[in-house]
Amino acid sequence: MRTAIILLFLLALAAVPGSLLPQRALSQNNVRQYFTDHPDLAPVLDRLYLFDVFSSPWFAAVYLLLFVSLIGCVVPRVGEHVRALRTPPPPAPGNLLRLPDSGRLATPLAPAAALDVVEEELRVRRFRVVRRDGAASTPPGPAARGPELSAEKGHLKETGNLLFHLSLLALLLGLAGGKMWGYEGSILVTEGQGFCNTFQQYDTYSAGPLVDSGDLNSLCVDLDQFRAEYEENLTASSFTADIRYGEPSGEDQETTIGVNDPLRIDGDRVYVTGHGFSPVFTVTLPDGTEFPEIFAPFLPTDQRTLASEGALKLPDLGQGQEEQLALEGFFAPTGLLQGGVLTSVDPRPLAPQVAIIAYQGYLGLDSGLPQSVYSLDATQIERGRLSEVGAANLSVGESLDLPDGTQVTFTGYKEFAALQYSHDPGQLWVLGAAIALLTGLLGLLLLRRERVFVRAGSDGDGGGTVLSLASLTRGGGESGPRFTALSDDLRDALATAAARTATDPEVPSRD
Amino acid sequence: MTDSSLAALSDTLYSVSVAVYSVALLAFCAQLAFGRRRERARELVGAGAGAAPGGGVLVDDRAPAPVPDGTATATRWGGIAIGVTAIGALTHAAVLLTRGLAAGRLPWGNMYEFATAVVLVAVVVYTVLALRTPNLRHIGVFVLGPAILALVAIGLGLYTEAGPVVAALKSAWLGVHVTAAILGFGIFMVSGIASVLYLVRSRPGADSATGLVSRLPAAGALDRLAHRTAVFGFPVWTFAVIAGAIWAEASWGRFWAWDPKETWSFVAWVVYAAYLHARSTAGWRGRPAAWVNVVGLAVMIFNLTFVNLVSTGLHSYAGVE
Repeated sequence: MRTAIILLFLLALAAVPGSLLPQRALSQNNVRQYFTDHPDLAPVLDRLYLFDVFSSPWFAAVYLLLFVSLIGCVVPRVGEHVRALRTPPPPAPGNLLRLPDSGRLATPLAPAAALDVVEEELRVRRFRVVRRDGAASTPPGPAARGPELSAEKGHLKETGNLLFHLSLLALLLGLAGGKMWGYEGSILVTEGQGFCNTFQQYDTYSAGPLVDSGDLNSLCVDLDQFRAEYEENLTASSFTADIRYGEPSGEDQETTIGVNDPLRIDGDRVYVTGHGFSPVFTVTLPDGTEFPEIFAPFLPTDQRTLASEGALKLPDLGQGQEEQLALEGFFAPTGLLQGGVLTSVDPRPLAPQVAIIAYQGYLGLDSGLPQSVYSLDATQIERGRLSEVGAANLSVGESLDLPDGTQVTFTGYKEFAALQYSHDPGQLWVLGAAIALLTGLLGLLLLRRERVFVRAGSDGDGGGTVLSLASLTRGGGESGPRFTALSDDLRDALATAAARTATDPEVPSRD
Repeated sequence: MTDSSLAALSDTLYSVSVAVYSVALLAFCAQLAFGRRRERARELVGAGAGAAPGGGVLVDDRAPAPVPDGTATATRWGGIAIGVTAIGALTHAAVLLTRGLAAGRLPWGNMYEFATAVVLVAVVVYTVLALRTPNLRHIGVFVLGPAILALVAIGLGLYTEAGPVVAALKSAWLGVHVTAAILGFGIFMVSGIASVLYLVRSRPGADSATGLVSRLPAAGALDRLAHRTAVFGFPVWTFAVIAGAIWAEASWGRFWAWDPKETWSFVAWVVYAAYLHARSTAGWRGRPAAWVNVVGLAVMIFNLTFVNLVSTGLHSYAGVE
């Protein structure tokens, strides 16, 4: 167990950096930021897996060692426990009075009758009782011992102990299985749009090494409407999304999902994890060609006011248009202009406004380098291949006229929901293991294993008996008071029995 | 009563409960001051249950009736102190009750309310134990002192207006997960204090020392108190973590992702597991185990303060601006 304690400490220590340093599994952005802020330190930390603590080899080493020690400790005890369940309580130790909880009771009853009374009392208390003839088990001689009684109860304590430790093992296996065969994809879906469960469609996804992208549950989800409600003090009180889902091109089942209330289907889940606004624009080219209803999700930068930032890229404006157009900017659901700077004061879309900068030139989308859909590629602007051609703060219905005659009109907004699709086959297994773990823990900590030994001896004056009495307890706090209570009860029972025998001698004693 | 006057009443009761606890603290101090050093023999009886040397106590000649602790004055002060503490705890509970009524929800939706509830649990656990075991009244100062300090710090540093909670907290799991976390934390607080006192009391030479240290309950009694409360708190904490994972599965899309709060709850769980193992391992029993328990409490406090106020994670419900 000393090994276990050391390993438990190591495990606790090993988890600490995972909470103090940004973790890739939680936020790639924070890790990137850390690299920018600490350019010298970050690569060193990275080599030590400190940005992936919980999937690092050294963290795995600690918990695997812990589990090896656990298996080594617990598995032999399972066998022992099974044997103990089948064997009767052990014989009483030689000198009972040497045990910490022990004492003597004197009674006028004969030895066998006294032990009968004690056995009865212990059986009522659900002890397993075995009577042994002390003389027979000891070689005859001056040290011959009187008849004795061994009783025990509380094997469930050890059962709980084993269940607890084995559940930990089951929990780990469930976690590992979930990591191996589980996947998760997230996507921003604007009202009226949808997605299907394929890795190609997700904005970001992560999948276990054993996931075959062909095996994904074929499910499509369309977002009909998103609703956000707020309290008076602008605390978000509920987010709900009305969705339709089903097989591809058969999304006919309607439901509403929301915070704390995901869609659960075939063991998979669909969550609303966030929301935001997609400002909608109409672009009219100088030749009169109109591109209505162009929108892109802007990501909230402030959850309290839903002030959002994003970009709208128009790489293909049709024939004759060499230049690509892009808008980058800021969306305020309820805008307030202060000294020409637009801010948002309310998360509800009461007076939507945008502050946009228009660029024309080459976006570099086909350059082969990946770029964010939420911002323009700054290097294209630096290189002068994308140049600013106009900027304006617009309310709904207002337009920005670009020098070449193109007109950009802010026509409104749509709401989008951040949806997440999760598949974790280990989840139920882990839940079952957790429940078993807790059950085992309660048994382990709250039950006690008790053994009571009683040996009858002559009181020397003939007739009466002196019982030596001792108990051994494992767990359950102080044993002293309980032993005192037990011996008091036994004394009373013996006294009652003795009184009955004395007043009613016709009643034969039980043996 | 309107919501705002209920909220104001809650704030008033907060100050009242701090004041009542302070009175109780004075009474506990008086008990310590008037109490005489107890006889060594009596302490042996108290401590010896687990480790009496050879030869059992003859049950027939039971130990004589316990001698009252110290003087009668001290006992009276101890009784008064416990009574006042109980009144303080009632006021303290009323703080949360009126808050809950004012906000129309469970009164543990932000860090102010959570921490206030944790201190309440610690005080109630201690009061119940001290009512059952009068000997524990001697450590009242060391429970109420930290409780008062914590309440003052919470009131000054974490105060948040009564108000609604964000959408994510509107779930039945708030009642399950957060309640369990509060109970676990409050119980661990008592356990940690008992272990600190045990460490003080079990220093070599403490038995022959005079003054404050000698008036603490016997080392064995403190160690048992620490262990019993930790044994009680550990399954509660385990349940809190499991319930949290179940809630996270419904709310955040995964049941465990090493969010800072999750990580530190796990660290605390592991440390308390180590404590329970240490308590029954040769070579770790006694002072080393007690140190582990103290580390456990430190982790719990760190998990509440640092993780809520400094780190960024999904558990951003502190509401402290």
